[in-house]
Amino acid sequence: MRPAPVQGKFLTPGVIALILLAANGLAVLAWRLLFGLGAVTNLTNEYPWGIWIGIDVAGGVALAAGGFTTAALGHVMHRERYHAVIRPALLTAMLGYTFVAIGVAVDVGRPYSMWHPLVMWNGNSALFEVGMCVMCYLHVLYIEFLPVVAERFIGRVDLPGLLAPLNAPVDRLLRALDRGLAKTMFVFIIAGVVLSTLHQSSLGTLMVIAGPKMHPLWQTPILPLLFLLSAISVGFPMVIVESMLASRSFGLKPEMDALSDLGRMAAPLLGIWLAFKLGDMFVRETFVHLAKLDKASLFFMAEVLIGIVVPLRMFLSPAVLESPPLLLAASALVVLGVALNRVNNFIVAYTPPFAAGSYVPSLGEVSVTVGFICLLALIYRAMVMIFPVISLPDRSLPVPARYRVRG
Amino acid sequence: MSPSSGRSSRRDFLKTALAAGAAGLAPRPASAAPKPALSPDRMGVLVDTTVCIGCRNCEWACKTAHALPTEPLKSYEDKSVFEKFRRPDDKALTVVNRFDAPKDAGTPHRWAKIQCMHCDRPACVSACIVGALSKSEDGSVLWSTRRCIGCRYCMVACPFQVPAFEYHKALEPSIRKCDFCHDRRRSGGLPACVESCPVEALTYGPREELIRVARARTKRYPQRYASHIYGESEVGGTSWLYLAGGDFADLRLPRLGPDPAPGVSESIQHGIFAYFIPPASLYGLLGLLMWISKNRPERGPHGPGE
Ligand code: SF4
Ligand code: SF4
Ligand code: SF4
Repeated sequence: MRPAPVQGKFLTPGVIALILLAANGLAVLAWRLLFGLGAVTNLTNEYPWGIWIGIDVAGGVALAAGGFTTAALGHVMHRERYHAVIRPALLTAMLGYTFVAIGVAVDVGRPYSMWHPLVMWNGNSALFEVGMCVMCYLHVLYIEFLPVVAERFIGRVDLPGLLAPLNAPVDRLLRALDRGLAKTMFVFIIAGVVLSTLHQSSLGTLMVIAGPKMHPLWQTPILPLLFLLSAISVGFPMVIVESMLASRSFGLKPEMDALSDLGRMAAPLLGIWLAFKLGDMFVRETFVHLAKLDKASLFFMAEVLIGIVVPLRMFLSPAVLESPPLLLAASALVVLGVALNRVNNFIVAYTPPFAAGSYVPSLGEVSVTVGFICLLALIYRAMVMIFPVISLPDRSLPVPARYRVRG
Repeated sequence: MSPSSGRSSRRDFLKTALAAGAAGLAPRPASAAPKPALSPDRMGVLVDTTVCIGCRNCEWACKTAHALPTEPLKSYEDKSVFEKFRRPDDKALTVVNRFDAPKDAGTPHRWAKIQCMHCDRPACVSACIVGALSKSEDGSVLWSTRRCIGCRYCMVACPFQVPAFEYHKALEPSIRKCDFCHDRRRSGGLPACVESCPVEALTYGPREELIRVARARTKRYPQRYASHIYGESEVGGTSWLYLAGGDFADLRLPRLGPDPAPGVSESIQHGIFAYFIPPASLYGLLGLLMWISKNRPERGPHGPGE
């Protein structure tokens, strides 16, 4: 087994559907850029943040956690066995964070001022910290991906027409880059893990300042810890989901060896998250709000049951760990649950003191969010067909590559 | 790293790791967290809701002073606007609402003007990603269009739900809120709303002095006033203060504790970052872990401890 570009046709009926949805999202986005946020969103002075922050940004960051959790496992703890899943997770994180950055850029009212935080600092602001960390981490992710690019093109640089004389210099540049990165990559890998723990938790600090405007079921000073624990919990299940979906889509056999081991580790991680979540609930005695059976309590219970309790029980059963469909189901539940948790924290829990109505996302907001997800899937598909990301069984590979890089 | 050069790559590893750790420990720039200087002479306004007659002259004056479109003053005599509870927005930086008066007040209605409270420890200032909001020495909390990126985190943070956003502008949408007539005051004038009030329901002056005045009034007329001065302690104190004849919740002023709104989040924030020591230690720890596990033999697929 080693990573290689996946062969096959890019266009399938499913892919065409994705392209249409992505185009629809981009059209709505153009409308937003031309006529302002008010033209396409249901955002108001009461509800300043909607699903573009709750799903695209907060959900996106959480679900890209597979990148740093597998990097910690595979590179920091040197579990070679998991190397097959590191590159797909890295690619997901890289694309995920790219879309998080784009998501922020279209949600802010003045996208052309996005560079301001680089020079205008406010160390008291949790958002400033999240912004800076995400920006640094995005660069780290691109650097971590460079060896994959080098591996694809070293000895194979073939620029068209007039650029052909550049082939040799570009090849030399790639080789130098690759050698340099091979020596220093661990600096970036550790930096990536540190940056991730920082901003995953600061994303939780974001809502702390909303104080009583946030429902007591979610508002707690340990929000940053809960965000970090949930990000760590969702990392491996997310890797399982994307790896299974990719294998299915390309007609490959799922890597059950590595995946069921990842599933085995998910249970204790979920358990820790659950313990802190319930412990916090008892310390602050917020369970009284559960009995009300209102919107908040139902969403809270859904998040705990779907995202933690049910999959936790499933991951504890050996039968689930051995069965691809059950393992996929359990992992998908965690992914859904954590996404719901982010929506709950940023949208459902937000109860402004003077609300005339409640926030329901507009069709335009949904279109953009769905469009971004489809676009991400399309780029992922294209990338794994161009670059050696997914590990394929050795015999299905064409001629062995001349040059190997550790990745 | 190739496995053949175990020792030298280990040395490289340590060197680079040390360098990276040292970079993380470098002192952070002093400009990172400007603490707002709270001047003892900062000004404020005392709103006496037992005096207000609901004429809405202040609404008109505020719009006129801020070049916001407004109907002529005459149209403000129309009382039907009071049927709906209104909030300040991007087209009106202050609004007056009508409420039922307490039973023994001798009048059926009370009115309360609302606008930015100009908090002493403003959540919006702490939250703003680029420091576009600031508390100035004269008490006002000001917004700077030069810095703002339009993220609306200030709106999420404000406990009084005050800042409003121009959602229908594609270019340069602004955060709009009462600016305490900063420019007028700097050139020696009064806030437009204070100047326009026909019954002196609004008193402008140094905050400390206003608190003395307010306390004297509540002492002198205990039947007329609730003893609490709203804004004296709420979220760490505000420059605008309110007197009422009954419960402040009846005027829909939010019930808030005395702790400054940004307190918890700032201490978490500075706890995580305390001079970059926690992140740098985590970096070191992970580096150490990586170094230790680097040459350790791989455990079998079903080895212990997995
Ligand atoms: S009332 Fe809101 S907008 Fe005004 S200073 Fe306080 S936190 Fe800022
Ligand atoms: S919208 Fe503007 S003023 Fe408000 S927090 Fe964002 S950058 Fe600061
Ligand atoms: S102080 Fe100035 S900006 Fe604020 S409400 Fe009064 S007139 Fe309007």
